[in-house]
Amino acid sequence: MLSFKEKDRPIVRKLLCAGCCVRCVLRFCCVGTCSAYRRSYEVSHDPENHLPTNKRLRIDEGSTEGSVTAAQTDSDICPVCLGVLQDFCEPTFAKQVSDAVKNQQYEFDSLVLTVSLPAQLSVREHSCWLHVKKEIREKSMCLGKEDVIQVKDAFKWAVQGKIGQELGAAVLSSCEVSVGFMHPETEEDCHFLANTCPDCFKPTKNKASIFTRMAVVKALEKISEEKFSRSVFSISETSYCRYNKFSRELPQTPWVIDGERRMDGSVEELIAAPLLSSFRADGFNFSSSGREDVDVRTLGNGRPFAVELLNPHRAKFNRTEIKQLQETINQSSDKIRVRDLQIVTREATSRMKEGEEEKTKTYSALIWTQKAIDSTDLEFLDLKIAQKTPLRVLHRRPLAVRPRLIHSMSSIYLDRHHFTLKLCTQAGTYIKEFVHGDFGRTKPNLCDLMKTNADILELDVESVDIDWPPAIPD
Amino acid sequence: MEDSEKKAPSVIDRYFTRWYKTDLKGKACEDHCILQHSNRICVITLAESHPILQNGRKIKNINYQISDGCSRLKNKVSGKSKRGGQFLTEFAPLCRITCTDEQEYTIFSCIRGRLLEVNEAILNKPDLLLEKPSTEGYIAVILPKFEESKSVTEGLLTRERYEEVLTKRNQQEEPC
Repeated sequence: MLSFKEKDRPIVRKLLCAGCCVRCVLRFCCVGTCSAYRRSYEVSHDPENHLPTNKRLRIDEGSTEGSVTAAQTDSDICPVCLGVLQDFCEPTFAKQVSDAVKNQQYEFDSLVLTVSLPAQLSVREHSCWLHVKKEIREKSMCLGKEDVIQVKDAFKWAVQGKIGQELGAAVLSSCEVSVGFMHPETEEDCHFLANTCPDCFKPTKNKASIFTRMAVVKALEKISEEKFSRSVFSISETSYCRYNKFSRELPQTPWVIDGERRMDGSVEELIAAPLLSSFRADGFNFSSSGREDVDVRTLGNGRPFAVELLNPHRAKFNRTEIKQLQETINQSSDKIRVRDLQIVTREATSRMKEGEEEKTKTYSALIWTQKAIDSTDLEFLDLKIAQKTPLRVLHRRPLAVRPRLIHSMSSIYLDRHHFTLKLCTQAGTYIKEFVHGDFGRTKPNLCDLMKTNADILELDVESVDIDWPPAIPD
Repeated sequence: MEDSEKKAPSVIDRYFTRWYKTDLKGKACEDHCILQHSNRICVITLAESHPILQNGRKIKNINYQISDGCSRLKNKVSGKSKRGGQFLTEFAPLCRITCTDEQEYTIFSCIRGRLLEVNEAILNKPDLLLEKPSTEGYIAVILPKFEESKSVTEGLLTRERYEEVLTKRNQQEEPC
């Protein structure tokens, strides 16, 4: 039986939702009995959910009714202990450690286990503590940081006995078996502290990194709660997607000049709002593979984009919940639509930015011509053009001449002064300027080709030709 | 679908505001039109009433070398902030245009700002200036200082005021 009490429920729920492992939950509920950490925690497949990657963790609450469950997705790693109190506390790891010691053929009859943990765990611990503290304050309970069980202690309680058993040694203090943990992937978690508490981090000759455990702990003691919450980004989730834009009166990002809002709404805000509330995040960063003007629609499969959610209070979602989230976004407005919503690691953003530079785009444009035309006027060839930076964007871009390729063009005759032009172009081609010529600064342009004044009335992005993110079947 | 007679707003109508400076340096009818983009960039062009565009005149020569030490063709800007561009005041000359009837005209900046580029296409094809003075026949592109974006047009006339000037001229029958 576990020693969770009714008062622990809110903490248990909050931590499980954030993806914490059982032993970390026990720690933050100040469970101080070794046996609680020593026992194995089953991770079983849920027969109801047919998705193989969905695992459910059940914790029997003993005296209280029902069980508290947490849905775990592919990345089961606990964000607080980074896995130290998960698989590394199971008998298999204990055996590994013992075997390693046995191979060295030391002779001893008693041992003590020492553990060294990477500095960034202190940051995560502190973050989790502030997270839980808020919950406690709300429910007016008393819990001091000193009451929380340390990762080190929990680990030793879980494993020391087993290792001692394997090696046939009593746990006393003569022979030291030391287990060191390192997690290079999260080493950068500490770096923000160097900006906020620079005097805690002094380079010394012997140490490779200035981020020693002592220094990090000292900095965490000094930093204020608000500053910490604002700085820490180690817990962030990035979701990827493609968006369609059906309105010609919607900017991609908020249009604000001199503090004044020029147009209501934006693609970014429409998409991020439901995400912000579901993830209970403090903020977000929106980025996409290129962008389109306010008056341009994005059709077809849509444009890849990413939203990074900062400090999400809820980070684990299974496939069904993500689908639901996608639906919520799509129901919220008819001006945009999102597809292939999925959560991935931050590193995947670089793939998305590839599309901006390297891939081709397809467009459809409604063209007006001054002279009367018939369909024989619309025969185009493969085209190389040179575009000086359009006047439209010259205030914020360097002046340069850009060679660009129009891979293909085709047309649909509409009437004597209108036709639809379909183009497939190299990434970075300014379509509007190709049509009207931008004071002759794009050469050749459609006016030159057709020997008439021409202008562009409407533009749609038909596709952004990058096959990423992977499509999620409906 | 729109009739070609009822023209949709042109590129200039959509993005630019027309401003005018008339009788530059006291010279009758030497009017300039400054097209100010909504992003504050200005394109300097000849106003339709400028003498060069009247009476079927032809252009003999366009010279961007305005003094021994200064050629507008040598203007080079780099980076987003357009470093290196020649800084112009209102009466800074941009170029001198000589017509086939030996008349010489100087085109002026009209506004304060950094010169981004001058139109080299008209060197090769001066007819552009005569046929399309407001678009392909532009003279120069200037970027005013950010702080001066609004004040830069303070000395200039709106389209309405310009048209009033034209009307007055017609009544007085000033030769141009």
